[in-house]
Amino acid sequence: MKNRGNAIVMTVYLLFLLIPIYWLINMSLKTNTEITSTFSIYPQTFTFANYITILTDPSWYMGYVNSMIYVVMNTVISITVALPAAYAFSRYSFMGDKHLFFWLLTNRMSPPAVFALPFFQLYSSIGLFDTHIAVALAHCLFNVPLAVWILEGFMRGVPKEIDETAYIDGYSFPRFFIRIFMPLVASGIGVAAFFCFMFSWVELLLSRTLTAVNAKSIAATMTRTVSASGMDWGVLAAAGVLTIIPGALVIYFVRNYIAKGFALGRV
Amino acid sequence: MEKTQNNKAWFLVLPVLIVVAFSAVIPLMTVVNYSVNDTFGQNDFFWNGLGWFEEMISSDRMHAALGRQVLFSAIILAIEVPLGIFVALNMPKKGFWASFCLVLMALPLLIPFNVVGTIWQIFCRIDIGLLGHSLAAIGIDYNYTNDALDAWITIVVMDVWHWTSLVALLCYAGLQSIPQAYYQAAKIDQASRWSVFRYIELPKMSGVLLIAVLLRFMDSFMIYTEPFVLTGGGPGNSTTFLSIDLVKMAVGQFDLGPAAAFSIMYFLVILLVSWVFYTVMTTLDAQETK
Repeated sequence: MKNRGNAIVMTVYLLFLLIPIYWLINMSLKTNTEITSTFSIYPQTFTFANYITILTDPSWYMGYVNSMIYVVMNTVISITVALPAAYAFSRYSFMGDKHLFFWLLTNRMSPPAVFALPFFQLYSSIGLFDTHIAVALAHCLFNVPLAVWILEGFMRGVPKEIDETAYIDGYSFPRFFIRIFMPLVASGIGVAAFFCFMFSWVELLLSRTLTAVNAKSIAATMTRTVSASGMDWGVLAAAGVLTIIPGALVIYFVRNYIAKGFALGRV
Repeated sequence: MEKTQNNKAWFLVLPVLIVVAFSAVIPLMTVVNYSVNDTFGQNDFFWNGLGWFEEMISSDRMHAALGRQVLFSAIILAIEVPLGIFVALNMPKKGFWASFCLVLMALPLLIPFNVVGTIWQIFCRIDIGLLGHSLAAIGIDYNYTNDALDAWITIVVMDVWHWTSLVALLCYAGLQSIPQAYYQAAKIDQASRWSVFRYIELPKMSGVLLIAVLLRFMDSFMIYTEPFVLTGGGPGNSTTFLSIDLVKMAVGQFDLGPAAAFSIMYFLVILLVSWVFYTVMTTLDAQETK
């Protein structure tokens, strides 16, 4: 009896989540004339034309490529710099550590809108405007603190005796860190990478401000579908569906870590 | 865990410091610089002291945007936190259905913000949207582009759709960490469902719940892209939240001084509230480990 109640609640909630997504997929498989002229809950003239438009037009598919490039760059940079810092926070107390930790977190809290314009000027002045690395660095603003926060949570769970034993056995710090410590917090690294990927992938404001042509992200590309013939709803919907796919794949691969990561990693 | 005192740990933190300083401190100083200067163009800046701050503090425009923002964040927290807890309590505990629910629930979290706006735009328009069309068909006068109340409802529902899963996943993780023995003890004591929730589950979730509230507060207070795509801040100014107003001012009108002063105050408000949350969180943490 109780289980049935649970199932009903979950079904209703999942339907609420999925219906808007279904509608997007539905739209992406219709022609524009069908979208504007008739109303139906499933496509009557089934077409992949919208997807073909996106996958054959470089100005569209390069958006995906650019997004993937800077998202991966950002994830690598964030995790690389966050690993030693998280180790330091989890193992040592040093002058100003608590203040530093809170200061890092405040960057996660700062509204991107505040930083949009200064970022634009900063990166223009050092000649990085419209490059992938500019967006990747800009996204470090909120991803590095987040990665430090998550990793610190995981590293706290690793007993300190392991470090001490390794040092007695004559491991140097870098070798100990890479050979012994990193495998121990592998799931933490996975979770942190997942969140870095996610927050960099979904961000629009900074990626749009910092790019023009060469590194334009898919999110920014999608804001220009108003053509002479009105809104190109079909293509817009298809582009939307394609942005969901990488996220869905990532979730599928880390599904067993998500709950664990949320619990241990405190995010 | 007892931590060793070691000031050399600063070297390990150094890379983070450099990266974050480059992408946070330099831009922030630029903002501070703008906020105390005025210009007639051509990069001719002169000192304006606290003029912009005084102007912004007494400006009706900022008050209105701040009011809308506070109202929005309050509504969001009031809906998403209880709903998230409720969903988490109803999730299957393990097995195939647990992963199934996890994957589907995490889906909205990984959709780019502007696509979320697009999805709801397509879903709610009266001419082509399922929701808009159905509501019109049963005779409800609904139009989020013209009616301020409808626009608000649409944005709130969209945000609930987008972020409730985050609260639910966090609470779910908190629930998973409760040892089975607690439930067995409750059963022996013949505790009601409500007292199990009140005295076992809620205290055990309090840690993750605080994180959820903190994250949801910060993110809803900074919301920009979704309402921008959906309503563009309209109709009129009825859904112009702080970030939207700020971008309008800084990039649209290029009023750098006021926008910078606005930014700094905006940042300070978030900082203050987050600091309170953070202090409460760490104090609770310390109590727990004692």
